[in-house]
Amino acid sequence: MRSGIRIAAALLWLLALPLPLSASQPALPNADDPVLEARLNALAVDLRCVVCQNESLAESRASLALDLREEIREMMRDGLTDEEVVESLVARYGDFVLYRPPVKPLTYALWGGPFVFLLIGIGVAAATLHRRRSMPESESISPEALRQAAWLLQSNDVSPGAQAPETPGGPRPPSSQER
Amino acid sequence: MRRWIPLFVVAALGVFLYLGLYLNPKEVPSPLVGQPAPDFSLPVVGRPGETFSPTDVRGEVWLLNIWAPWCSICLKEHRVFRELIGDEVPIYGLTWKDLDREAAPMLARNGSPYVKAVDDIDGRVAIRYGVTVTPETFVIDRHGVIRMKHVGPITPRVWDERFRPLLRELQT
Repeated sequence: MRSGIRIAAALLWLLALPLPLSASQPALPNADDPVLEARLNALAVDLRCVVCQNESLAESRASLALDLREEIREMMRDGLTDEEVVESLVARYGDFVLYRPPVKPLTYALWGGPFVFLLIGIGVAAATLHRRRSMPESESISPEALRQAAWLLQSNDVSPGAQAPETPGGPRPPSSQER
Repeated sequence: MRRWIPLFVVAALGVFLYLGLYLNPKEVPSPLVGQPAPDFSLPVVGRPGETFSPTDVRGEVWLLNIWAPWCSICLKEHRVFRELIGDEVPIYGLTWKDLDREAAPMLARNGSPYVKAVDDIDGRVAIRYGVTVTPETFVIDRHGVIRMKHVGPITPRVWDERFRPLLRELQT
């Protein structure tokens, strides 16, 4: 059972590991206006490419992503602020385009979940520690038991014929004849 | 009992992962449902000089179907439109990024399922409609408000279950 727990823990650990991320380089940059391009890329890393769902809009080379980047460039050229650009995208594609979804009733579980699990973990740890502390102390060792242990440890050096101290109920020391 | 808890946790995780396999990640709720259909004015495929705008059909219940000549599922969907739906509702097409200019000959050859199909060559109007894949279909009511968005092809079953009841309600 111990090993079962260990395997389960290892599996959970594997699931928790992040996948190696490819270096996030902007796909097909546009050199016309470096300032605008920097703004676009800063914004696009937090936007999801809606066709290739696990890529950001900054990394994707999907044709819809290219179109969307062009659309964002145009909005920026028209003088829209970053917030307004993001708002107009959310109006069409929903919060799904955001890699950082806003905190609202629908996303409470998403944002709060990790903290809830952390609290559960702390609770379990505290309960375990508390139980361990309130466990009865191991019984103090009687002087006879100590004497017998010492005798057992030294028994090799003892000359033949030596008498073992009698302990009621304790294991009988080996007699020297058996050696 | 206590020693089974890790097993239960892993089993619960397994159930969630298994259920996740059957979710369609493309089916994202559209914020456009309940909003006015974005306006546009685009040239009509195969009719030079003519344009179409959603304001032209204000007062009617209509469908806007996003398609592309390079999308084979869309072509199968056209057959459903032609054979099954007939004239239950006017269907307008938005031809998405027809860079090879195949749409006009294709519709002429196969018979167009659309009242009119417009030509969105750079895909900008599709972006305003939040299109991510072809085909997609919007149901637009008499006031020009989007009432439903369907992602993926319309099959006879989808038509019976999702479209027909809503259209009946909107058209009366």
